Amino acid sequence: MTPLMEVHDFAVGFGSAQPVKGVSFDVTAGEMLAIVGESGSGKSLTALGLIGLLPSHARKTGSIRLAGRDLSDLSERQWRSIRGREIGMIFQEPMTSLNPVLTVGEQIVEVLRIHDKIDRRSARKRAIELLDLVNIPEAGRRIDDYPHQLSGGMRQRVMIAIGVACNPKLLIADEATTALDVTIQAQILQLLDNLRLNLNMAVILITHDLGIVAQWADRVMVMYAGRKVEEGLPQPVFEHPYHPYTRGLLAASPRAEVGQHYRDGPLLEIPGSIVSSLHEKGCAFRPRCPDARASCGQAVPPIKLISDGRYAACPLVPSQFGRVSHDALVGA
Amino acid sequence: MTSSQSTALSPSLLVAVGRSTEIASPPPDAAEAEKEWSYTRAPDALSARSAYQSRRGLRREIRIFLTNPNAIVGVLFLASVVVTALLAPLLYPGDPLEMVSRPFLWPGQNADYPLGTDSMGRDVLAGIVHGARISLTVGIVATALGLTIGIGIGAVAGYFGGWVDEVLVKIIEIFQTLPNFVLLVVLVAIAQPTVTTVTAAIGIITWPTVARLTRAEFRAIREKDYVLAARSLGYGHARIVFAEILPNALPPIIVTSSVMVAGAILMEAALSFMGLGDPNRVSWGSMIGSGRDVIRTAWYLTALPGLAIVFTVISLNLISDGLNDALNPRFSEERR
Repeated sequence: MTPLMEVHDFAVGFGSAQPVKGVSFDVTAGEMLAIVGESGSGKSLTALGLIGLLPSHARKTGSIRLAGRDLSDLSERQWRSIRGREIGMIFQEPMTSLNPVLTVGEQIVEVLRIHDKIDRRSARKRAIELLDLVNIPEAGRRIDDYPHQLSGGMRQRVMIAIGVACNPKLLIADEATTALDVTIQAQILQLLDNLRLNLNMAVILITHDLGIVAQWADRVMVMYAGRKVEEGLPQPVFEHPYHPYTRGLLAASPRAEVGQHYRDGPLLEIPGSIVSSLHEKGCAFRPRCPDARASCGQAVPPIKLISDGRYAACPLVPSQFGRVSHDALVGA
Repeated sequence: MTSSQSTALSPSLLVAVGRSTEIASPPPDAAEAEKEWSYTRAPDALSARSAYQSRRGLRREIRIFLTNPNAIVGVLFLASVVVTALLAPLLYPGDPLEMVSRPFLWPGQNADYPLGTDSMGRDVLAGIVHGARISLTVGIVATALGLTIGIGIGAVAGYFGGWVDEVLVKIIEIFQTLPNFVLLVVLVAIAQPTVTTVTAAIGIITWPTVARLTRAEFRAIREKDYVLAARSLGYGHARIVFAEILPNALPPIIVTSSVMVAGAILMEAALSFMGLGDPNRVSWGSMIGSGRDVIRTAWYLTALPGLAIVFTVISLNLISDGLNDALNPRFSEERR
């Protein structure tokens, strides 16, 4: 099965800074791929790059292929026919992502009329169907509401309705549930999951919530400082994380385990923060890595296939195979 | 490879789906649940909801505007001026510049000329009624012209930014460094002073204000999430500018435009006062100008058209204030 989207060595630079330093990954049709990493790891820039919305002064290299078609050097006009029709996107803030002066219906009708070239009446009918599809009750009445009359969860549903209006092959959800409370998060993710199964649509889920990844993603890709550091199925990645950064992320997430209650001590953290990566020679995670060796500072470790479908970018992986206890991570 | 992965994962996925159907049911269940809920919904909740529904869109702003007594006074006075101007040919057919009676009839002296006659024996009330046409036409058309140029240039500068913005801002600054009224006088003096040229000249000197305001609004709104969202849906520049950003940028522009009408009326009056207006048309400014010589003996000749200007401008300012209150979201939230 050929992948729907192939990203090869995609990099983004601004001036002397290089926030995305070459990531490669595939997305298969109907698959939910999660990209995780802390703020500044280049997740959102990668997502914007996939839909051609990077600022004009950004330098992009590498290739992006969608269903075999190279998207790297499309004109703005060609991009417009891809955005919304082939690739949809939903953003983090449902409160501000809808235009406040247009009704929900007008906003859905507009995108349908641009891409599907249908008349106003059938566009409106389709808009009501779409609101129904995203589980908005009384879609026929809600369609004439303005965004300020809807709750955050409702607005994110509307955003999803707009995003999937033209049956895109790929939907990018950039932190789409971060601004919502946990119950609504679960509903929205359930909705996305149903939609991608029903519409055979691939979803790229960008998040820093590992719980969401574990429950919903088919595959997970961990990014650190603009590079992919680990990739695999969620269960193996979370049970046997290879890269020290993934281990750190997992250790830093609260879990229902002994020793995780706040009374038993603070939650673990990864010391330090993402360092400015100019003139970097070795592994970007080296300053924060509990297992760093002198050799880590020599060259950037390449991402290697460790076992079937599992990739990691750490030279120490084979020697550290196996479940890593929290104590080992804290180290001292 | 990936397909085998997803099959390997499917049991856990199914578990996940099964677990969360309790939280969010798929469409058919949701519809059923909706029916059940509508059955148990309290009647007051239903009525409250319909009341909420009924005042959506512009109605809220209109309601705020209409509960403002100042704005009502302004609208009523301006409406009466507009009606007078529209009815002028019926009320006073013929040329208001015609001599109809003996000069210097004071207001109230002769019932046929309630506001008296001027130094040439022309009917003052006829002049004021016809003058309203000129003042309003010039005010509205000049503002429309200024708005069109200003919004166009401001939108392009604010939306595209970069060198386009720099060039346009420089042009705006050139206009702003020139004293407005001097530029106006020069423009009118070069062209023949007719109503058209005066209107065009006023439009040309007022657009930079609108352009600056529009540019500032566009620069702020350009960064909003919904503009990024619109771009992510494949919208073109024109659609984003006119359908997405402009409606959001309009409230301050609308408020400014009502003040601009007042400003244009004043500028036209000032030009006419200086004798630079259209000599063949009577306007409030030209009436004040011709009454100036006899201001000590027949002050009513300057005072009456002056009052017409004052009240019209005040009513426009009251409307502007009312619009500002109604269209400024922060303010209207407090009043709600």
